[in-house]
Amino acid sequence: MSLGKYGYYDPSDPLKDRITDIGPPHYEQFFPPVIKRNYGKWLYHEILEPGLLVHVSETGEKAYTVRVGGARLMSVQHIREICDIADKYCDGYVRWTTRNCIEFITDSEDKARALMKDLESRKFPKGSYKFPVGGTGCGITNIVHTQGWIHCHTPATDASGIVKSVHDALFEHFKNMDLPAKLRISLACCLNMCGAVHCSDIAILGVHRKPPMIDDEVLSKICEIPLVVAACPLGAIRPAKTEDGKKTVRVNQERCMFCGNCYTMCAAMPLADSEGDGVAILAGGKISNRKSAPKFSKVIVPYIPNEPPRWPKVVETIKHIVEVYAKDARKYERLGEWAERIGWEKFFEKTGIPFTEKSLDDYRLAYDTYRTTTHFKYTEHVWQLAKALEEAE
Amino acid sequence: MSAEGQEKLWETKKYDDVRIYTDEEIWNYTDEDVANYKCKHDIPLLEQLEEGPWPSFVSDIKQEAVHRHKLAEQAPDKLLIPADVCDDLLGQVELSYVEKETHWKHGGIVGVFGYGGGVIGRYSDQQEKFPGIAHFHTLRVNQPASKFYKTDYLRALCDIWEYRGSGLTNMHGSTGDTVLLGTFTEQLEPMFFDLTHDLGVDLGGSGSNLRTPSCCVGKARCEFACYDTQDICYELTMYYQDELHRPAFPYKFKFKFDGCPNCCVASIARSDMSYIGTWKDDIRIDQEAVRAYVAGELKPNAGAFGNRDWGKFDIQKEVIDLCPAKCMEWDGKELKINNKECVRCMHCINVMPRALRIGTDTGCSILFGAKAPILEGAQMSTLVIPFIRVEKPYDEIKAIIERVWDWWMEEGKNRERVGELIQRKGIQEFLKVVGVPAIPQHAKEPRSNPYIFWSEGEVPGGWQRDIKEFRKRHPR
Repeated sequence: MSLGKYGYYDPSDPLKDRITDIGPPHYEQFFPPVIKRNYGKWLYHEILEPGLLVHVSETGEKAYTVRVGGARLMSVQHIREICDIADKYCDGYVRWTTRNCIEFITDSEDKARALMKDLESRKFPKGSYKFPVGGTGCGITNIVHTQGWIHCHTPATDASGIVKSVHDALFEHFKNMDLPAKLRISLACCLNMCGAVHCSDIAILGVHRKPPMIDDEVLSKICEIPLVVAACPLGAIRPAKTEDGKKTVRVNQERCMFCGNCYTMCAAMPLADSEGDGVAILAGGKISNRKSAPKFSKVIVPYIPNEPPRWPKVVETIKHIVEVYAKDARKYERLGEWAERIGWEKFFEKTGIPFTEKSLDDYRLAYDTYRTTTHFKYTEHVWQLAKALEEAE
Repeated sequence: MSAEGQEKLWETKKYDDVRIYTDEEIWNYTDEDVANYKCKHDIPLLEQLEEGPWPSFVSDIKQEAVHRHKLAEQAPDKLLIPADVCDDLLGQVELSYVEKETHWKHGGIVGVFGYGGGVIGRYSDQQEKFPGIAHFHTLRVNQPASKFYKTDYLRALCDIWEYRGSGLTNMHGSTGDTVLLGTFTEQLEPMFFDLTHDLGVDLGGSGSNLRTPSCCVGKARCEFACYDTQDICYELTMYYQDELHRPAFPYKFKFKFDGCPNCCVASIARSDMSYIGTWKDDIRIDQEAVRAYVAGELKPNAGAFGNRDWGKFDIQKEVIDLCPAKCMEWDGKELKINNKECVRCMHCINVMPRALRIGTDTGCSILFGAKAPILEGAQMSTLVIPFIRVEKPYDEIKAIIERVWDWWMEEGKNRERVGELIQRKGIQEFLKVVGVPAIPQHAKEPRSNPYIFWSEGEVPGGWQRDIKEFRKRHPR
């Protein structure tokens, strides 16, 4: 590898020996031998126990996979430890899943079981597991998430801290396959949703609740005013001039829905606020086409304040939803399928989560979500409504 | 310029050929050192996240901090980024935990020469307090398909990132890249040279360009893969390198490749162009194995229910009745599937993977337009091409891609995703762009409003009429 401040790079001649457009390394050179030999020949698979899968090929060969959870934020020391383990048990190969789990693949069950024992024995000095085995089948696997306060300029909440806290509380469901179906939890720290959490069984979403401030001093120098005006999906931003004649913009605050798109376009319009920001909980989404079509997650709890370091109210709410679902849903039923079968009014009744007007849509295509039938179920919500009518008389 | 052979460097290359650190330098601390480590800044809130069973990112960052401090004593010339970069990161995040607001500045245009993406500029707004993270730029490094790695490659990556960066990563970013988290501007070009020359890997996408494509595990380790997800992912990534590195689009564009309708990479929810494997012929049935499931000899859903007691497997209740197309029958001996009615949802195959297999006449469905809520609201991808063969060199697919990109670059507004443009211009126009006729599969149901945009050419006699002639027949 190159050494010294600039290494191979010659700042006086940037194009010298430059290589570009080479793309990723070819995947095939990174396949474990058992994968390479059986590419496209797999017959079936089985989950032998939580975190241990076997895939059987038409050649008769078997690939054993040990799945391990973990933080997506990872130091090179942690990766080197993973490499040591992969060298010892898996001939120097390892992979990651779409949900950031680590998978060790070997061709022998004995090796896989020895590996599991080894993995479970490794802990950080303060006691957390380095490589918890699990995350398969009808349980909870890694929570995918975004950067939060670790690395992002637009977050309304942190990511790694909430995710760690929720995982701690739901650890048993990572270790055991005791739910009616798989349950996928995701976190995005603002509405930009780098994590695309909008189709998760449970989504944790950072939200702002105060309109942007406007940094008149610099706005016209660092932002393109027409682009900022066009960036607002509700047309709430108009060009303006300050009293001393500086070009700037003004926001119709009544119309703001706190999406933060203006801040993405213009650094002079920050939204972040310790009292305004927090977390919304959405539920009932899915991605798979299995049985029912993919679904969006729905807003269940519109706002919970940020409570670092462990976000107790967020953790408690999610744990509660999971436990009610685990008890009440039928085998194979995803959270959203369960809520649709019993009716969302029953979802709110069974979970005891207060339904507020904030869960009713008032954006584009809102009408699609309104109930235009006389089919409904009687829950306490109906009696409350009747009472409110009586009182209004 | 591209370089012959860089794509298969690791067939022969070993870590020892390129390593920077000795084993003694890498494993230069004990668990006790980490347990007793006192971070440069007080971090009582973050330290609460070291407790509990789930792997603690705080403990991991501390371990890297200890390692770097020792390395700075052992071999001071082997760190080009401050040794206390991890301490300063923890310090700033602790401040965010106290104040409940981020301390990263907005943006920062940095990158490598000739590319318009792959580097995310990031600066601290507390540079005096936390000088080690004054610059904390991210490199998105294009992951190998399905994220398989040889440890030689990973160790080499660890070495350069320890040497020229913070030693912190994301394995992986949401789009799929191997994400290297935090370095100073002056190290971006040297990093790029090391990555391309020694590791044979390029940067991924960011900004208004083709984002790093990603795929499911596919044929490498899944019996459900209807096409070769890795191969097409690699081929299109290579073919569209220019679009990936040099922003020319209205906004981001994502390809994701799912081998079957289970959609493990979530293409239907988060890619502008979703490729989802499917088949045309019959589900293959092993009746013997079906009976074994019914008899309780095989565990349903490949054992996904673990030890929870759901009672005896009931094929009628668990498979036949849950089939969305209601196209299956079980008479106690034999399973029958009316394949003409099947919608290929995967449920029966997922429940009985040893008895049922996908068909053999396979390809993919192509859907367009998924995105997260910004701006017009979240969208799922819309089915446009129900079935297409997925065969090298993918010319038919490339032609479709290019027709869509040409239209979107011509018609799309700044920061308008292709899914939003389809909504704005209408799916009819989009189907014309793709070059396919409208079919019932394009909609859940026909429209209920009668506001049809007839074009002049569709109406006999056209639209030019004479009001005087009209008044001769119909006086005012």
